[in-house]
Amino acid sequence: MTQPILSFRNVSFGYLPSHPILQDVDFDLHTGQVAAVLGPNGAGKTTLLSLTLGWLAAWTGEIHLTGIPLKTLPPRERGRRMALVPQSEHIPFEYTVLEYVLLGRAPHLPPLEMPGRDDYQIAANALGQVGLSEMQNRSILNLSGGERQLVLVARALAQQPRLLLLDEPTSHLDLSNKGRLIHLLRELSGRGVSILFTTHEPEVASALADHLMLMQKGQLLRNGTLDEVFTSQDLSLLYQLPVSVVEVNGRKVALWI
Amino acid sequence: MFPASKLPILHLPAFILILPVKRFLTILAFALLAIFVLSALVGRYPVPGFLSFERLTQDELAQRLLFNLRLPRLLTALLLGMTLSAAGVVFQLLFSNPLVEPGFLGVSQGAAFGAALSIIFFGGSALVTQTSAAVFALLGLGISYLLAHRLRYGGWVLRLVLAGIAVSALFSAGLGLLKYIADPLTQLPEITFWLLGGLASLTWGKLLSILPIAIAGLTVIYLYRWRLNLLSLNEQTSFSLGVAPGRERWLLIFAAVLPTAALISVSGMVGWVGLIIPHIARRLSGADAQFSLPAAMLLGGVFTMLCDDLARTLLAGEIPLGVLTSLFGALIFLALMIFQQTRSRR
Repeated sequence: MTQPILSFRNVSFGYLPSHPILQDVDFDLHTGQVAAVLGPNGAGKTTLLSLTLGWLAAWTGEIHLTGIPLKTLPPRERGRRMALVPQSEHIPFEYTVLEYVLLGRAPHLPPLEMPGRDDYQIAANALGQVGLSEMQNRSILNLSGGERQLVLVARALAQQPRLLLLDEPTSHLDLSNKGRLIHLLRELSGRGVSILFTTHEPEVASALADHLMLMQKGQLLRNGTLDEVFTSQDLSLLYQLPVSVVEVNGRKVALWI
Repeated sequence: MFPASKLPILHLPAFILILPVKRFLTILAFALLAIFVLSALVGRYPVPGFLSFERLTQDELAQRLLFNLRLPRLLTALLLGMTLSAAGVVFQLLFSNPLVEPGFLGVSQGAAFGAALSIIFFGGSALVTQTSAAVFALLGLGISYLLAHRLRYGGWVLRLVLAGIAVSALFSAGLGLLKYIADPLTQLPEITFWLLGGLASLTWGKLLSILPIAIAGLTVIYLYRWRLNLLSLNEQTSFSLGVAPGRERWLLIFAAVLPTAALISVSGMVGWVGLIIPHIARRLSGADAQFSLPAAMLLGGVFTMLCDDLARTLLAGEIPLGVLTSLFGALIFLALMIFQQTRSRR
């Protein structure tokens, strides 16, 4: 098989030596794949993303991005290959929406260069993709929580990454925006962008992902295709709760009590 | 689909809606030039008012006054305003906090302590006082930096703020002690005047001694103006955008503090410029530092020049510049707070 875009080899991490948060995490993500990390609160999902980003350094094990050890990638190179959509973000000043999305162009600009016409165009297109074109000149502080989350997605799109990391991307979104985002992300994966996202909602995982990693107490419980892993047995084990998986219109849905 | 988008744009001042930001900056630059020329001509020689063209061409004393006294003083006022404002923009963005200013992190109190120390123990000649103020300003920054590394509490911003508060308090305690032991007839007034700030004794020599470092710092900040936005984001986000937050932050802190320390060393304490001017600039040009930084530099230059004009012309004696900048700065600040448009914030 071709080289994975992202690979974790026996990665462990923690803040205190006695309390590992991630233990022996091992997986590959290939080009165009959409992988969901599903697990209960506190399972280490966000930590997994921070390690992927290179923001946290693994205790042991190796992380490779496009075949290159993550540690050796210069910051700008890293920023061009991979973008992060955080769950939420403190925004200290009244930037306009377009100014904020434009920040995603940073890794593509030579040091000390100002964004040019092309960068503005790319940022405006990214805003269009999340459906917020009309808001580009509004203050970002006046947007709703869901709209802000979409702005963060647009900024990551403006980064034109090969790997997109999303931390609970649908947590603040209403149903229609959830649908729009899932549609957009599927379209991106069709164009060869790999996606790794965390969620605690099984429906979002089954609607978007083709691969599923179940995470529990810092360990990968299961890792495989959606069909292999999205089962009553595995989800019941994951959530310690009887869960039954049924199929509605070809999509798997998890039901609990 | 998004009915909210049909609302009028309320958050930006009306001014900006009719004026593109680049044209606004151009107009501001011309205004600064005009005020510079007028400031050079205004004064109390031979009578309070403007020097006429005839007098300037005929009166040798007026020429010397203009070139040897007013010009270096005016240029320093301009540089002081630009530096404090630019440093203010940098600090507010770096600390994601609109209420910090370049003097914090122990810089201002360090400079004050250094100046008082020199006045009491080293004879207080201008050059020695200037050097001592600059050295202690940098010492203040250095100690804050080391302390912030030692603190085991909170994130980057909180640690630096805490360290800065502690170092400032230590220096101000030291300053209090120095004032207490100072000779009340000679040294204490001198310390007090230094603390009030002013450009009365400014010469070409003093200006030239701080010019290189001020220009260097301002150049670095100016070149970084767009990337400053990235540093205002939380650390993990700026990291994900390909920034090396640690390195770039320290570069900018030094680029902001070194010129500030240099200018404080000749001007004494000139407060509020670095706090209030960046606010006004953001109001007028938007938050993007690509534009708010040049706007703040121009506005800061204008504000400080005008304050200094008043300082030297309003009364027969000199009014301390720091008193005027604080007075007008605080009044503007209050006005901004009172007339702030209501907006939704988290």
